Amino acid sequence: MRRLKKHTVLSGLEPLVITENTNFVNVGERTNVTGSRKFLRLIKEEKFEEALEVARDQVEGGAQIIDVNMDEGMIDGEEAMVTFLNLIASEPDIARLPIMIDSSKWDIIHAGLKCVQGKGVVNSISLKGGEEEFLEQARIIKRFGAAVVVMAFDEKGQADSYERRISICKRSYDLLVNEVGFSPNDIIFDPNIFPVATGMEEHRRNALDFFLATKWIKENLPGALVSGGVSNVSFSFRGNQVVREAMHSAFLYHGIRHGMDMGIVNPAMLEVYDEIPRDLLEHVEDVLLDRREDATERLLSFAEGVSGKKQEKKKDDAWRKESVESRLSHALIKGITEYIIDDTEEARQKYERPLQVIEGPLMDGMNVVGDLFGEGKMFLPQVVKSARVMKKAVAHLVPFIEEEKDENSSSVARILLATVKGDVHDIGKNIVGVVLSCNNFEVIDLGVMVPPDKILEAAERERVDVIGLSGLITPSLDEMIFLAREMEKRKMKLPLLIGGATTSKVHTAVKIDPEYSGTVIHVLDASRSVPVVSSLTSRDNREDYSSRMKSEMEEVRLNYKGRKGKREVISLEDARKNAFRIDQGSYKAARPHFTGRREFLDFPIADLVDYIDWTPFFSTWMLKGKFPAILDHEIVGEQSRALYKDARDMLDNIIRENRLMANGVIGIYPANRCGPESVQIFDGDQQIERFEFLRQQGRNRSGVPNYSLADFISEGSDYVGLFAVTTGIGLEEIIREYEKQHDDYNVILLKALADRLAEAFAEKMHEMVRKELWGYATEEQFSNNELIEEKYQGIRPAPGYPACPEHTEKRKIFNLLKAERCGISLTESYAMFPQSSVSGYYFSHPDSRYFSISKINKDQVEDYALRKSMPTEEAEKWLSPILAYEPETNESNRTLS
Amino acid sequence: MDIRNILKERILVLDGAMGTMIQQYTLSEEDFRGQEFKDHPTSLKGNNDFLVLTQPEIIKEIHIKYLEAGADILETNTFSATRIAQADYQAEDLAYRINLEAARIAKEAAVEITAKDPHRPRFVAGSIGPTNKTASISSDVNQPGIRAISFDELSMAYKEQAKGLMDGGADILLVETVFDTLNAKAALFGISELFSELGKEIPVMVSGTITDASGRTLSGQTTEAFLISISHFDLLSVGLNCALGASQLHPYMQILNNQSPFYTSAHPNAGLPNEFGEYDQTPEEMGKLIENYLEEKLVNIIGGCCGTTPAHIKEISEIAAKYKPREIVHAEA
Repeated sequence: MRRLKKHTVLSGLEPLVITENTNFVNVGERTNVTGSRKFLRLIKEEKFEEALEVARDQVEGGAQIIDVNMDEGMIDGEEAMVTFLNLIASEPDIARLPIMIDSSKWDIIHAGLKCVQGKGVVNSISLKGGEEEFLEQARIIKRFGAAVVVMAFDEKGQADSYERRISICKRSYDLLVNEVGFSPNDIIFDPNIFPVATGMEEHRRNALDFFLATKWIKENLPGALVSGGVSNVSFSFRGNQVVREAMHSAFLYHGIRHGMDMGIVNPAMLEVYDEIPRDLLEHVEDVLLDRREDATERLLSFAEGVSGKKQEKKKDDAWRKESVESRLSHALIKGITEYIIDDTEEARQKYERPLQVIEGPLMDGMNVVGDLFGEGKMFLPQVVKSARVMKKAVAHLVPFIEEEKDENSSSVARILLATVKGDVHDIGKNIVGVVLSCNNFEVIDLGVMVPPDKILEAAERERVDVIGLSGLITPSLDEMIFLAREMEKRKMKLPLLIGGATTSKVHTAVKIDPEYSGTVIHVLDASRSVPVVSSLTSRDNREDYSSRMKSEMEEVRLNYKGRKGKREVISLEDARKNAFRIDQGSYKAARPHFTGRREFLDFPIADLVDYIDWTPFFSTWMLKGKFPAILDHEIVGEQSRALYKDARDMLDNIIRENRLMANGVIGIYPANRCGPESVQIFDGDQQIERFEFLRQQGRNRSGVPNYSLADFISEGSDYVGLFAVTTGIGLEEIIREYEKQHDDYNVILLKALADRLAEAFAEKMHEMVRKELWGYATEEQFSNNELIEEKYQGIRPAPGYPACPEHTEKRKIFNLLKAERCGISLTESYAMFPQSSVSGYYFSHPDSRYFSISKINKDQVEDYALRKSMPTEEAEKWLSPILAYEPETNESNRTLS
Repeated sequence: MDIRNILKERILVLDGAMGTMIQQYTLSEEDFRGQEFKDHPTSLKGNNDFLVLTQPEIIKEIHIKYLEAGADILETNTFSATRIAQADYQAEDLAYRINLEAARIAKEAAVEITAKDPHRPRFVAGSIGPTNKTASISSDVNQPGIRAISFDELSMAYKEQAKGLMDGGADILLVETVFDTLNAKAALFGISELFSELGKEIPVMVSGTITDASGRTLSGQTTEAFLISISHFDLLSVGLNCALGASQLHPYMQILNNQSPFYTSAHPNAGLPNEFGEYDQTPEEMGKLIENYLEEKLVNIIGGCCGTTPAHIKEISEIAAKYKPREIVHAEA
């Protein structure tokens, strides 16, 4: 027969199991009006929201149980207890812990018991009012299913000796276990912690008797636990933090060794036992353990020596003694924001004009940062942190500069950045902005989804020196072409920079550069942006540089044309003959557990953490390497670890404070392959949608099929799944908060993290689909790494990616899933909003695989256009990145609206 | 015969869905009202629990079908028969009577079938649903501190329901479909008061509901936290039912199996609902999933919730007969 060990178990939304192996259980004590003045004030003023923050703080501070006490003459304790407990119940990150309902008034305890769904603790009852009352209260507590703290207190008063402590505890235990039927594991004794070193003879053994009584209880009252309020012991040293903190930790050290299981401790008033100076510890322990006649006197006189000498937290503060210039420089290089406002102000008063502070010490510091970055001695996350310091300093100076007004700041080159219309992706653009501003360029960032006329008007109004466009999705390429054309029409001369994940040097050279007579440059990544912009804005060599760039573009075009002839593309007809065929005879698609759509609203982010693929996160920051090996990398390891820590902290914060909401929706539908690249979707017998796919058209060696996603669907009874997930709800709001603080580092960190979470959510959802919701692979067991390597059966390709590169099909997915209901929508260019979103199809066939459509020919484009009932020209526009031929130029007659 | 002794020997089968069966009779407003309540001020159609007063023979017929399919334990038709839930139909003052009649009808059916087959006693479990109000979740998103119902109101209503069920002859009380553990604690509080007033106790089962793949109850508790929060009561069994099908419920049953010092029960839905809200898992499909539970020895009591029919219960009962029950975990100090 199986047996379970019996333990003390408590619960909030989650269990708390206290075993002999559990370390000391820390009871949070800040939500106690008798112990916290701040909390008392908040409750008195009925500022319950802020009071909740106090509770949240102690959860974050590591409390495992939350003690709530409302015993104060000026407040209605019963009402305050009920209100506060109900509010806690609505905060999952607080409510996950068990509640300790703390009051000396039975009515308040009784009211509190009616508000907690978990198994909490009553603190406390005692024999003070006699056996009858004690038994009645215990019976009610048992009926509510709570554990109970029993004070060592009886009709005669509080137990103040070893003998009284053990006899009252024994008597209480026997009554509870034998009369009431209380489980011994639900009894927690508080054998009274009283002050020591008071100078009174009868207090000398207060701590020692507590320790010994604790030991006796653990040995003689099986199952029961021991707790206590620790700060009482140091009462006579109020005002002397050093001694108090040492005394608390020494008390805990000995209490735990004697069997103390839990206690109310303020973690902020606790020294690390091993770090208590030897001599102080000896004096404290002499008192606690009553080791010497003169222990109290010795500690008192010693305490005078250490009072107020509270050591500074060990921080290297030597740099604070340097000149204001080197302090500013140090803060910039190390990314320290703590003193930056004060230092900037000091510099402002020292210098004649505020602008000189920017042009002098601040720029000097940023130049060092720029140099170190250029030499590979600093890494992007550090640079972004430096920029954050810079921004704060500049923000402090701006009002003073405005006051002067007489100066125009045209000396600095201005760069305008924008993510083009229809596109929401901006991590890369933000990084470029930060890196540029670190290098003494003034950046005007118009944000995302910026219409062309707004970009051009801003460029003219602000008299910028360079325009930089960014975009991630394919349709953005067309926006960039359009903008180049408009710039030509307006006879602009400004250099145009092109960047973003789908952009390429070839596309820029072939499609964008010919539209504009000014300079067009493709910027591969942020680190390249500084030399490019410097060259473009330098008076001496910008013309030279521009003409070099023009001819380089020309060269790329020539190479491209030369290369094109070599690509061998077969006819659509031949490609179809070489399609992948599933074995219609033996294959039967797994029947899903349901069909139709299903929403997953407010999915717990915490459950996604294990599914994060961290490698792309580091590459966003231009730290190349595979996770987790990158953390130990010889060169970037240290920086990667720092970045990783910041990311994990932010992630914890997001989860704890519930800042981001993850929503998802999936659908599984009966499907049938109804054409070579077409798949019908049904609701019952009714066709409700038809997906159009593309087919690979390159010549393959024999035996390698020309794939289309439609090949993975059988003719007859099969299924297709769809999904759309986001982890970006709430993102904008947090970003605005960071932006207010000029904190680019956290903006980029947050966006990069949210993108990873969205991918993790897609991964998690796919797993749930495979194992449960569709359930075609209920047995699979994969590690996160194996998931990243896509070892599972089935695929989840997304429109816009290589297997199905055409974006407009996304609309069908969104319509079927009614994704808007979950807060995910499409822009006019078919980018998903919020940006941290993923959508796509699920294919379950065991042979389904990812592939790239690569280049297609006109016969397929025409066939596709026919299937989609769109003009061939429009199809060519959507398919432009994968065309194997040059479409007839159709001068778009689109005009600015 | 004491049910605790039988549970040591074999797996007991709980019946299936009542609502699904009632739907098949396509009853009209008049049918729901019957003669006695033809002038009742509100519509009664859809108040399934009310049928024990107006169509007792239909309810008994359904009970008999489940017993013949192999159910050992019948659930009374009282899922929403607290005065709190009946208030929607202005029938709160009939709550006691509904429970009393429901238990009587079920008991009659159980006695009849037991008489035909005396070595296999059939039991009646008084079904105590969650009510339509929650004690630890706010009824107004803008005021998280607000509650639509108090612990005291709940425990009094549950106590009244339990009294009706016991007076009508229920052998067991089943606090089920627990969305909010504080509601369940109020039910157990009321039952515990009732037991001490009556000086009589009957076994109590509790069955919680894990609402989705997050693995938590609607009120946010994990399976283990839910178990801990109700373990102060000397329960016959703790289990899970509703919201999920047998395959989705499986991991949470494993948690109960590992942690519960009580017997365990499960009565999952017939899969997850399709887009029309219907359950289309066949008896065979559900049987296979249930068989996984039995192979792992996860349960002592097994049955069905939404979408299950006598055919499902027949399949489950035949499979259950082939397996040994889960061994209860004994705690040691």
